[in-house]
Amino acid sequence: MTDPKPQSPDHLAEQVAAAEAAAADAVAGASSPAELGRVQAETVGKRSAFARLNTTLGSLDPDARRTAGAVINAARARVVEQIEARRVVLAAAERHARIEAERLDLTEAVALAAGGESSQPVLRGHLNLVTQTRDELEDTFVALGFAVAEGPEAETDWYNFEALNMPPAHPARGMWDTLYLKLGAPETVLLRTHTSPVQVRLMERQRPPIYAVMPGRCYRRDTPDARHLPVFHQIEGLVVDRGITFADLAGTIEAFTTSFFGPDIHSRLRPSYFPFTEPSGEFEVTCPICGGDGCRTCSGSGWIELGGCGMVDPNVFAAVGIDPDVYSGFAFGFGIDRLAQVRTGLADMRALLDNDIRFLTQF
Amino acid sequence: MRAPLSWLRDYAPFDAPVEQLTTAFSELGLVVDGVERIGADLRGVEVVRILDIRPHPKADRIRLVDVDRGDGDALQIACGAWNMAVGDLVPLATIGTVLPGGMEIGRRKMMGEWSNGMLCAPGEVGLPEVAGVDGLLILPPGLAPPGTPLAEALDLRPDVVFDLDITANRPDALCMAGIARDLAAALHLPFAYPELDTPAVDGSLPRAAITVEDPDLCPRFTGTVLAGVEVGPSPTWLARRLALAGMRPINNVVDVSNYVMLDVGQPNHAYDFERLAGGGIVVRRAGPGETVTTLDDVERSLDTDDCVICDATSRPVGVAGIMGGAASETTDATTTVLLEAAYFTPMAIARTGTRLKLHSEARYRFERGIDPEIADRAVERFIGLLRESGCPGLRRGATVDVRADDQLPTPPTVLLRTERVNALLGTSLGEDVIAGLLDSIGFATHHAGDGVQSVAVPPWRPDSSREIDVIEEVARLHGYRRIERTVPSGERTAAGLTAYQKQRRAVRAILAGAGLSEAWTTTFLAPGDLERAGLSPHAVEIENPLDRSESILRTSLLPGLLKALRFNADRQEPDLRLFEIGRVFEPPAGDAVVPEEIETLAAVASGAGVDGRVAARIWAVLVDALRLEDLQVVAGEVPGLHPGRSARVVGPDGPLGVLGEVDPDVSAGYGVAGRVAWLSVDLPHLLGLPRRSLQARPVSRYPASDVDLAFVVADTEPAAAVHATVAAAAGELLESVRLFDVYRGVGDDRRSLAFRLRFRSPERTLTDAELATIRSRVIEAVAAAHGGELRA
Repeated sequence: MTDPKPQSPDHLAEQVAAAEAAAADAVAGASSPAELGRVQAETVGKRSAFARLNTTLGSLDPDARRTAGAVINAARARVVEQIEARRVVLAAAERHARIEAERLDLTEAVALAAGGESSQPVLRGHLNLVTQTRDELEDTFVALGFAVAEGPEAETDWYNFEALNMPPAHPARGMWDTLYLKLGAPETVLLRTHTSPVQVRLMERQRPPIYAVMPGRCYRRDTPDARHLPVFHQIEGLVVDRGITFADLAGTIEAFTTSFFGPDIHSRLRPSYFPFTEPSGEFEVTCPICGGDGCRTCSGSGWIELGGCGMVDPNVFAAVGIDPDVYSGFAFGFGIDRLAQVRTGLADMRALLDNDIRFLTQF
Repeated sequence: MRAPLSWLRDYAPFDAPVEQLTTAFSELGLVVDGVERIGADLRGVEVVRILDIRPHPKADRIRLVDVDRGDGDALQIACGAWNMAVGDLVPLATIGTVLPGGMEIGRRKMMGEWSNGMLCAPGEVGLPEVAGVDGLLILPPGLAPPGTPLAEALDLRPDVVFDLDITANRPDALCMAGIARDLAAALHLPFAYPELDTPAVDGSLPRAAITVEDPDLCPRFTGTVLAGVEVGPSPTWLARRLALAGMRPINNVVDVSNYVMLDVGQPNHAYDFERLAGGGIVVRRAGPGETVTTLDDVERSLDTDDCVICDATSRPVGVAGIMGGAASETTDATTTVLLEAAYFTPMAIARTGTRLKLHSEARYRFERGIDPEIADRAVERFIGLLRESGCPGLRRGATVDVRADDQLPTPPTVLLRTERVNALLGTSLGEDVIAGLLDSIGFATHHAGDGVQSVAVPPWRPDSSREIDVIEEVARLHGYRRIERTVPSGERTAAGLTAYQKQRRAVRAILAGAGLSEAWTTTFLAPGDLERAGLSPHAVEIENPLDRSESILRTSLLPGLLKALRFNADRQEPDLRLFEIGRVFEPPAGDAVVPEEIETLAAVASGAGVDGRVAARIWAVLVDALRLEDLQVVAGEVPGLHPGRSARVVGPDGPLGVLGEVDPDVSAGYGVAGRVAWLSVDLPHLLGLPRRSLQARPVSRYPASDVDLAFVVADTEPAAAVHATVAAAAGELLESVRLFDVYRGVGDDRRSLAFRLRFRSPERTLTDAELATIRSRVIEAVAAAHGGELRA
């Protein structure tokens, strides 16, 4: 490096032009933001050619110094501008390269995590279809103002039959094939054939008003087939209050139907017989599979038979000490498993009992 | 109950389309299980006479048959049946006929020989198959001249059979008259019994000697002697109606008996009068140990609750109201019968039928309660029909009617309040409308005061005795469909789930979140299942299981879930994590009569990398998620579990569950390979435990300091105990302590437990000196309590 000496303006201009040209080459040659950083230090930094040229201006008269300084600064500013432009280009290129390098196939991850019907519980376990159906039913009735009550599965004859207006040897007992337990006197302790004993227990311990649903497991001495299990789940509803009418029963079933299945699904009632209700009915809902057009699930009728219902028989009120002249009520009940079967198009209900993980993880 | 429409039309002119009738039945509560259209179209099927039968020259199994269609010409038909002979009348489906099954008949060549139509089997023309006969329908000789259309010859007009599901409260609808009465009311048609046509009483015939010793069992018994009986086939129309109604025609006496039962609902019985010793009947209680051989040739042992029908010498000839006896049965040689039409006490019939496990159409009706007054019409109907059925010389004796009116049910008269009807149904029906509905089904109404009518219930409706029963009839006939829909407006005090129900749902969600799927296993176990699971066999048994393998009530969820593991492993799914929430049943203790039911939560895991520690982890997740505190896991032997890998979960008020690994012998016994993790908890107990409060704690702004300490302790020192010592000694600046490593390469019977302690102050940054003090304190405490040395 030469000592700072006074220079002729022409010579200085030459030197500035050379420095600017060299700097421009270096900037254009930088291939990464890091390299550009080094180039920046070399071309416009404290040890750059421009800085050095600035030190040579001291010997010039003020006017000449001002002019020469302006020439150097203008050149340097142009180089700085080029550096900034180059930086933008290089940063974009580097980001692009990184993104390309880090590309992930997220569908692969989803596929691995979901694991299809594999047994590996990668992400979560599955609640049983029956539980999910029961929870949904409970929630629907809770939203309609009902409480949820439960009771024992092993019952006495009194709760399962007698208090429900079926004295011993009543022919209607034949409607349910009962499993009896080897306890006490013969045929006195049994597995409940329906959830109705919970009604009796509820009315015994709680004075009206009663608005409750009673889900639970029931038992019948039935050979299992595609639509029946000897161990199954039912939900039953009971309303006892002043001035409850059959119209309230029909309206409540309709309200349940539309809120559970959706606004296009409706209900209808037809007369039937249960010893513990009078008048009694069966209720049907629009087939949720075909929407009422008729399909295999509903045997072409457009309707699915869901359950039984009726006004609480005065004899049942008498058994629990409720005055039928003051209160009236209704009850209804249906199969949870059966409902789940209809909604999911499950061909054979026995699949519920296998606990096959390939089945459990479908829901 | 199968009801042919043609039969119902005896009572009212039902001309509406079948769909409308089906809907009407359904809205009456007489549910239509099926609609069968019979003998739809037999056009083209004729009666022909067989003229000649000869072998087919090229086929062994086919013969060539010449038939006469009435014109005397021989028409050749190829036929594969073998039950016909020359001269027989058989049906011929002529060319162009479409049979009920859809088969179209054309002229075709069979192995080179022309067949000009098809000779038909019963099924091919929509008739019931004849038992034991394989081949063509052989028509009665002289039925009709050849060439007569078959439908005309057999009176096979198209018909519709409704298969009705009659509920237990409607014995009146177990006959055509009852069904027709309801249907006529719904369709606003007049209902009437057909005219009776019976011969006058022949005073020369003997009166039956009837003695009813026990009128409490048999309040009414009628006996009528009929002479001039000729046992033979029934007329076609009667046999056909019986067949359509689902009963097999036998002979005219049996068929008329069945016909009358189906027609008017009175079960009845015809005894061979000559075979009844003493020419009469005694109705009485059976003696202890007395026996009778019923029509099905089974000797039945009776007791003193049973009612028997005896001959006049008091020898039993039948089980009253359920089944007749073999000894007095009519035979082909019978010429005089004693016709019984009685009313038996329903409860007595039900009791006897149940005890003898004997089912019959008669029992089915008597135990539900028949019309006690219908016997008179039934007897007349029987006599009229039998005379028309091949007994033109039938003569009748006087009917002997033994009735105990104090034992017969008296049809009640019910006071019906209009206001009550509307209050219960949510309707606004006027008194006259209500009366009109009730009158249409024979409930006779009379105005009995302001807003009150008296309703005389007819004798055929034993289900109806209270105001509410009559209200049901009003609702039924008015139509459920026409009742408005409202919702109750009363105030609800207790809506929603209980705390327990909410928390139980939370437990399910926690376990599903932890990767466990929810199973539900059956409540029933097989004998030996509990023992095989290492559990006590003391359990409640089912008296009448469907199958012995389902005869024990579970006392644990373990057998069921092990079976589920096995089921899945057999389907190449060995890696499983399942949970179940279900009741287990402990035999009643003390004075209790019913089992104790415990809602139990169980979790099970199997497959690669699984051992008892998986159960511990699941437990830890539950404890954390439910914010439980003061719970201990105490190592100890648990029935069914690996003795060295089992523990009990103990709360402040005692043990509430177990966790660990299933005993290898138990899992092997259930065919499950590998280790099985197991957790079982009494759920109400668990959810009743105290929870950590939900008070918010401020989060410190200062940095934490972590201190790792590894202690070498004996294998017998539980990690939980060391953990507790560390936590206690660390003092209040401790934020958390976590066991993060267990290392066993430190020598026999010892292991290293490495804990990470995190300290933090809410107010300042901790100094090294402070931490050193705490560290020493922890080391000393572990040394003192557990003999643990700091691992170098």
